[in-house]
Amino acid sequence: MPKMSYRDAINQALHEEMERDETVIVFGEDVAQYEGSFKVTRGLLQKFGPRRVFDTPISEAAIVGTATGAAMAGLRPVPELMTVNFAYLAMDQICNHLAVMRYMFGGQCTFPVTIRMPGGGGHQLGSQHSHSLEVHFVHTPGLKVVYPAWPEDAKALLKASIRDDNPVIFLEHEGLYNFEGEVPDGIEAARIGEAKVLRPGKDASIVAYGAMAHVALEAAALLAKEKIDAEVIDLRSLRPWDKQAVAESVARTHHAVIVEECPPMCGIAAEVAATLAEMVFDELDSPPARVSGADVPLPYARELEQACIPHAGNVVEAVRRSLNA
Amino acid sequence: MNKREALKAYYLMRLARSFESRAAEQYTKGRIGGFCHLYSGEEAVAVGATWHLQAEDYVIGAYRDHGYYLVRGGDPKKCMAELFGHQEGCCKGKGGSMHMFDRDINFLGGYAIVAGMCPIAVGLGVAIRLKEEKRVVLCFFGDGATNQGVYHEALNMAALYRLPVVWVCENNFYAIGTSVTRSSAEASMAKKAAAYKMPHFTADGMDFFRMQSVAERAIAHARSGKGPAFIEAVCYRYRGHSMSDPATYRTKEEVEFWKSRDPLPNLRAQIQHDFETGDEEFDEIDERVRKELDEAVKFAEQGSELPPDRRYDDVYA
Repeated sequence: MPKMSYRDAINQALHEEMERDETVIVFGEDVAQYEGSFKVTRGLLQKFGPRRVFDTPISEAAIVGTATGAAMAGLRPVPELMTVNFAYLAMDQICNHLAVMRYMFGGQCTFPVTIRMPGGGGHQLGSQHSHSLEVHFVHTPGLKVVYPAWPEDAKALLKASIRDDNPVIFLEHEGLYNFEGEVPDGIEAARIGEAKVLRPGKDASIVAYGAMAHVALEAAALLAKEKIDAEVIDLRSLRPWDKQAVAESVARTHHAVIVEECPPMCGIAAEVAATLAEMVFDELDSPPARVSGADVPLPYARELEQACIPHAGNVVEAVRRSLNA
Repeated sequence: MNKREALKAYYLMRLARSFESRAAEQYTKGRIGGFCHLYSGEEAVAVGATWHLQAEDYVIGAYRDHGYYLVRGGDPKKCMAELFGHQEGCCKGKGGSMHMFDRDINFLGGYAIVAGMCPIAVGLGVAIRLKEEKRVVLCFFGDGATNQGVYHEALNMAALYRLPVVWVCENNFYAIGTSVTRSSAEASMAKKAAAYKMPHFTADGMDFFRMQSVAERAIAHARSGKGPAFIEAVCYRYRGHSMSDPATYRTKEEVEFWKSRDPLPNLRAQIQHDFETGDEEFDEIDERVRKELDEAVKFAEQGSELPPDRRYDDVYA
């Protein structure tokens, strides 16, 4: 099976979907001639031309609005916001226009827009470049949100997102671009809303997504040395998210630890914890535990920043605490 | 323009004006809730700006949108029903006054954020260009909108990409209670647009003939592929910003001055002069409009809201 990087998997999905459907267009800052600030859009301008692949000024709100209007007129836009941090500049267009327009206008249009945004911290990029903003989008009815952790899922989920007739926020993690993994030839579009069990286990369920899915697996390997058999679930989709799969797992293991890079208040882990309390309260032998990013804007200094992001050790501790509770 | 066409323009303006009076009545009776922003006084802008459009052209605007919807051929019954929040409304009662929308007449909304639809107009232009269509986009907004950041982003992008967008700024001098001179360092909307290198016109928005003449040139420019054009339509709203605004920030003298420039009686006088038309034809139009609006109110009254179990409809496709 071919191995490729997370970056190349996304790039392949873009090439394949643009080949398959001539209404798919890609635009954003430096995506065309420069081939993307993270090189994710390599080769697209050359293959598909400047009408379908084009550079924009630094105008995040207008980038999203352009996608909304183009979708209304029958195209399938896949704009890029250079990083998720810049999405703040476009929040009105994303949450107050794109997300609401189908509902507001009584179902008269569809908005098949996929907005790609890399995010996450850990590279000393400072407080304004290191956010994990998934909750803002997950909180918004009208949007779908996905966050792949593996190259295979990145490709399959991007294909699915592009083909979905709804606005999809496609989150990528900057730290994963070089990560290599197997991607089956001719992989099909995934189903949005499905989690994946990365490692089956019986003693505790570790639920994670994005870069934290890798941290969770690391923690499970460490726990295995202590004879603790943890099940690791990668959510893959955040809105909708696979409540059934997570509840079913926790009903078996009786302990849940949820790992997120974002700060804890009203985070993804809070959502999962509340849902577990609703669905499998009687099966829980300990309260659902959250391992979250520090409740701070991220600092620049290397070690200080690392201390603000969950590591495998934090997850191991949380699992131990749950089991001893 | 011949007499029949001029009378058609008068009919559209009359329809828009009278519709707004009915809406005001129904609002006061409690049948319409929320915000209601009336277009009374600005009819010549909508009718003039859209006069030379084709059926396939797109129109988009902000929340003072009943007029745009009606002059593009929208059904007054569906508009009134929408104001009542009923499922027979153009948006099934999900939108309300600020969010009229009708795919069939290419009226693509009704938006509450003053310049929020400007980048959407850019997107429509991008689609037109890619599909190599001959359509243009008309995007209406007010003087206040020209200070939002996204307005500048949109004008810049449309000009950069040479998109077929006609920007129509309805400068009625006030953004709720804030006059242009208190909000815009550069009070000329056309001059602000000129910074983005597009043909820019200033038009008398109280005069249908002048408005349609300027719009004709702007539309032709956009349709030719040369890029966007900008029209500053100088006009005045006779009522407050919305039904909740008593508009005490405007003097009685100022309002009376602008009432003397009322586009409706002025168009009537022009037609009567140019085409030697008697009063009867205008009386007929007024009567026709009155009947249409009686029907619209009755239609709205007889309708009903979507039942509560339908509140999840159309969140997702």
